[in-house]
Amino acid sequence: MNVHLIKKRILDSVTHVILITVALTCVFPVFWMLSSSLKTQDEVFTSMRLLPQSWRFSNYLEAFVQADFGVYFLNSLFYTVVGVFFIVFITSLAAYGFARLEFWGRNALFYILISTLLIPIPGVFIPLYLLLKNLGLLDTRTGLLLCYIAGGLAFGIFLLKSFFDNLPKEIEEAALIDGCSRFGLYWRIALPLARPALATLVIMNSLTIWNEFLLALVVLQDRTKMPIQRGLMVFQGTFITDYPMLMAGLTIATIPVVVIYLFMQKHIIKGIAAGALKG
Amino acid sequence: MRISNKEKAYNMMFIAPALILFMVFNLYPILRTIQLSFFEWNGIDRHMTFVGFQQYIDILFYNPIFWRSMLNAGYITLLSLTLQNGLALMLALLVNRQIRGDNIYRVIFFLPPVLSGIVVGLIWRFVYDGNHGILNHVLVYTFGLEQFRDFAWLSEIRTALSAVTVVHMWRGFGYGFIILLAGLQTIPQDLYEAAEVDGADAWQQFKYITAPLLIPVFTLVSILTVLGSMQIFDLIYSMTRGGPAGHTHVPITRIYEYMSNGEFGYATAMAILFGIVLLVVSAAQIYVSKKLNR
Repeated sequence: MNVHLIKKRILDSVTHVILITVALTCVFPVFWMLSSSLKTQDEVFTSMRLLPQSWRFSNYLEAFVQADFGVYFLNSLFYTVVGVFFIVFITSLAAYGFARLEFWGRNALFYILISTLLIPIPGVFIPLYLLLKNLGLLDTRTGLLLCYIAGGLAFGIFLLKSFFDNLPKEIEEAALIDGCSRFGLYWRIALPLARPALATLVIMNSLTIWNEFLLALVVLQDRTKMPIQRGLMVFQGTFITDYPMLMAGLTIATIPVVVIYLFMQKHIIKGIAAGALKG
Repeated sequence: MRISNKEKAYNMMFIAPALILFMVFNLYPILRTIQLSFFEWNGIDRHMTFVGFQQYIDILFYNPIFWRSMLNAGYITLLSLTLQNGLALMLALLVNRQIRGDNIYRVIFFLPPVLSGIVVGLIWRFVYDGNHGILNHVLVYTFGLEQFRDFAWLSEIRTALSAVTVVHMWRGFGYGFIILLAGLQTIPQDLYEAAEVDGADAWQQFKYITAPLLIPVFTLVSILTVLGSMQIFDLIYSMTRGGPAGHTHVPITRIYEYMSNGEFGYATAMAILFGIVLLVVSAAQIYVSKKLNR
């Protein structure tokens, strides 16, 4: 064996040792959450065994029913599904308009829209709170949803417009001659072609809305309307030491995210990287 | 082709829903923030007292609490910029060496960033727990460090901020890693091959090919790190709520606190000052990277 090959072998081994160490550090806290969620309170307090002595799946039933995580989970599902649906519909419609159609102030409007992506606006939850209060939408599902939908507008329009810009116009021109309406062009031709970009949009916004906390904190007081991130903090505040139940709640909040992530990781990783490098 | 006004009006319908929502829920709140920052107002009274720049001046010169929170966020940001991004860069370089299982590493390193701040904060709160946390257990029983028995990481003034920072970096490095790796993969392979032919060693290749081509990407990651770290909220809220004795308070937790206490005008002035700081820091980073790139 030549020296070069041996050197490469050693370098590769060192590389793997480093990478595996970091990988374990990433996974361990999540594993610990899962494992602790299946223990008894006693076990959490007295032993540090990696796996539970007896797997208490009933913790999850209790978390769902007694600790209201079922309600929170369904709320989160509702906010995510409805929010993402409206974001995708509204932004694709607008992006198509910006990419293909002529109207007054098109460029100015587009730049104003995009500028909100670039300028950091901390504390915007204050005027949003006041706005919802004036509209009578404070502590309502509609109010929170409107904030979420508005939060996804600029990025969605930016992403989809650049996608539509790169689509060849010929198909649409042919369809236009055949008597297809403008809306028909968008609905039947552009939208189906934009499926990859729409997938990115759906995934990114789902994660954002599912994981959102600050607006839910500001807008909602009524526990029956809270999404799971907010519910977790309510639970943590009331039952401060019930760790297995809290870990079960955390797991319930995490499972959808991890499942979507594992199935869609190519999309997510590409979306993040591409989005960042373009911007 | 001239387009009739009627057609333009019809076309307007495409952007109308987005436009209306945008104006009401994005644009109006921004303008409202600016307006409120000049008024003293508790959010309830009909009457708002115009005070000009008074609140700005008060925050700038007479509010050590706010600047303290800014320093805390600055501490988190500085550590993230150096340690977290250093780690992200090192890992990206390692994974980019066409190593076996690179996709598995990529998936695992990006797991923490997809978890919510609340979930991450509460898991780590449990890990850090003085009596029942696994961290102290390992320190005491595996490493024999008796001084960590019942040591409450998150309620000790000496350790709370650093403990939170570690978690923030744990959650954040995968994000920088993914972007840097994507950046590395856009560098054409034949540049390295040509350098190899010319007899350049690994360090020279890094210095003359990788580093200069990666500067724009690294700048981007740095800006995202600064914006993300300075505006940290969920982690702080779920781990310490700003405690012990304000030692982990950051600007957003303070702004939220002022708002909760009904000082709406004051809180918005704070938000605007903080926004300006963020803009200036981002602009400075872009400026420096342009200089470096020349």
